[in-house]
Amino acid sequence: MKDLTTKPALVPCTLALAAALIAACGGGSGSRSVIQNKGSDTLVNVAQAWAEEYAALRPGTAVAVTGGGSGTGIAAMINGTVDIANSSRKMKDSELELARGNGNEPIEFVVGYDALAIFVHPDNPLDEISLEQLAALYGEGGEIDTWSQYGVEVPGCGSDEIVRVSRQNNSGTYVYFREAVLGDRRDFRLGSRDMHGSKDVVDLVENTPCAIGYSGLAYANDHVKMPCVRQGEDGDCVSPTVETAIDGSYPIARPLFMYTAGEPEGAIGEYIDWVLSDEGQCIIYDKGYAPRDDVDCS
Amino acid sequence: MPEVAHAADRRDAAWWIDRAVQILVLAGGLSAIVFIAGIFVFITREGAGFVFDRFDFREFFGSPRWTPTSSHNPTYGALALIAGTASVTGLAMVVSVPFSLGAAIYIGEFATGRVRETLKVLVELLAAIPSVVWGFIGLSIMNPLIIQVFDVPVGLNVLNSGVILGLMAAPIMTTIAEDALKAVPDTYREAAEAMGATRWQVTLKVVLPAARNGLVAATLLGVGRGFGETMAVLMASGHSINLPTSPFDSVRALTATIAAELGETAAGSDHYGALFVLGIFLFLVTFAINFAADVFVRGGQRKHRRRGRRPAASANP
Repeated sequence: MKDLTTKPALVPCTLALAAALIAACGGGSGSRSVIQNKGSDTLVNVAQAWAEEYAALRPGTAVAVTGGGSGTGIAAMINGTVDIANSSRKMKDSELELARGNGNEPIEFVVGYDALAIFVHPDNPLDEISLEQLAALYGEGGEIDTWSQYGVEVPGCGSDEIVRVSRQNNSGTYVYFREAVLGDRRDFRLGSRDMHGSKDVVDLVENTPCAIGYSGLAYANDHVKMPCVRQGEDGDCVSPTVETAIDGSYPIARPLFMYTAGEPEGAIGEYIDWVLSDEGQCIIYDKGYAPRDDVDCS
Repeated sequence: MPEVAHAADRRDAAWWIDRAVQILVLAGGLSAIVFIAGIFVFITREGAGFVFDRFDFREFFGSPRWTPTSSHNPTYGALALIAGTASVTGLAMVVSVPFSLGAAIYIGEFATGRVRETLKVLVELLAAIPSVVWGFIGLSIMNPLIIQVFDVPVGLNVLNSGVILGLMAAPIMTTIAEDALKAVPDTYREAAEAMGATRWQVTLKVVLPAARNGLVAATLLGVGRGFGETMAVLMASGHSINLPTSPFDSVRALTATIAAELGETAAGSDHYGALFVLGIFLFLVTFAINFAADVFVRGGQRKHRRRGRRPAASANP
């Protein structure tokens, strides 16, 4: 429990108490519930936005959001310490098994989609890249080391060497990239710079002319460039946007998940329903991700 | 003292306070032992399962392949991580030994009055900068600077983290080295000066050799500091599994690996155990370094006691 005797904690506490009283008078359930929500770094911004919006809408329910990565959320779901786990990858069979062993049956909800964008420095002339080319760069035994092998000359990158930027090996983004680009039974090549957050990847690429990296589309900014991605040598080259993630034409768009322990009931059920409603889905759209279905958010 | 208690047999408030404080202080002293033992038992217990089931000595110390989350063939080779930590610490020592020895000699032997006091405070202030701030400096100032100056593809490398770590280790090394110089009895200096030696000759020929053990201890403690530093190295080294061949290669440190991966690892898995084995290894190495430093400090003290008067200030921190 948090220490409620300190002054800063007293104010929200009083407010919450007042809110609970009002809810009780209005004929609600009366008790204030707190939903623990933890996991994916990719989803953390939008989860925070959902929680804030929901707090204004239903003062009787508070959602406490923590990041830390998909692995953290899933580990907490297995141990039964969260109500909702956020993940940017599917739970593995072994993880589902472990959770069931602890009496938590994880129920999966797809809450949106994310285009996994490839980032390069804005001075880099590379306009398109294929999944095969990415695999030859990132995959074990791959043979691409220099930008000239991609047929480009990068200003500011005198050594011509490609600086591979990746993620720490427990990140959901890392696991998704491995499955989608390298294939099930291929590992990453060692020697990549393994960043510890989605934003760190973009920051490093922004400051390093020789670099290439991958991260969620929502972390894009004006100081990096995103080449379009093609599947196969003669496939269409598709730019990463919310629209191409929705219609499925972007080859490395992935679903984003929320997991609950057992069929969600009560406050948790209401929260999940709201997240999946048009209102909740417009919030994920505003944050730069693709909603589950076409929604009109204007 | 029992005799005193019997003779006076006056258990007044002062007596009880005396007893209580003795017990409190004893508990404080013993707690260090309890904590060290507790930490060692904890990391050993968490790592033990991995050591017995999965640990492969040749793989751990001989292979650079650290791929604990591979879907079909997880490997736990720590060679690249050890090489990363060693290279960063080594470069840090190259940076910090001359700086901190120079600073200690100036503060201890040459500076006087206000200059000396100001410098001492400033050096200690340097030690108060949080490591994440150092990491930030490495990430946002040193990185672009190294790219520009050396024309290398990326500035997060051994050089960057070595310089940052050297600056971080310098204050503690300066303080301990200065203590070691202070522990050299003044009779040594007076004797040398009486024979007509200049200040620099006194320092170089008399004080430094006499303080040698303390200076070695200061360096060793700096090495220990470097080995254990996490945040700054995580941010400035590039966090890349590599056997470094030049200062411009990105590397990954043991500590940084634990920090980056432990939070997202299922408790009890092989990966979790392997991280604890890294922790045990780090613990043993830093323990050995600190132990060696302690032995050197003691050796130095004994020498002064034998040859000259007992030093005014102890070199033992």
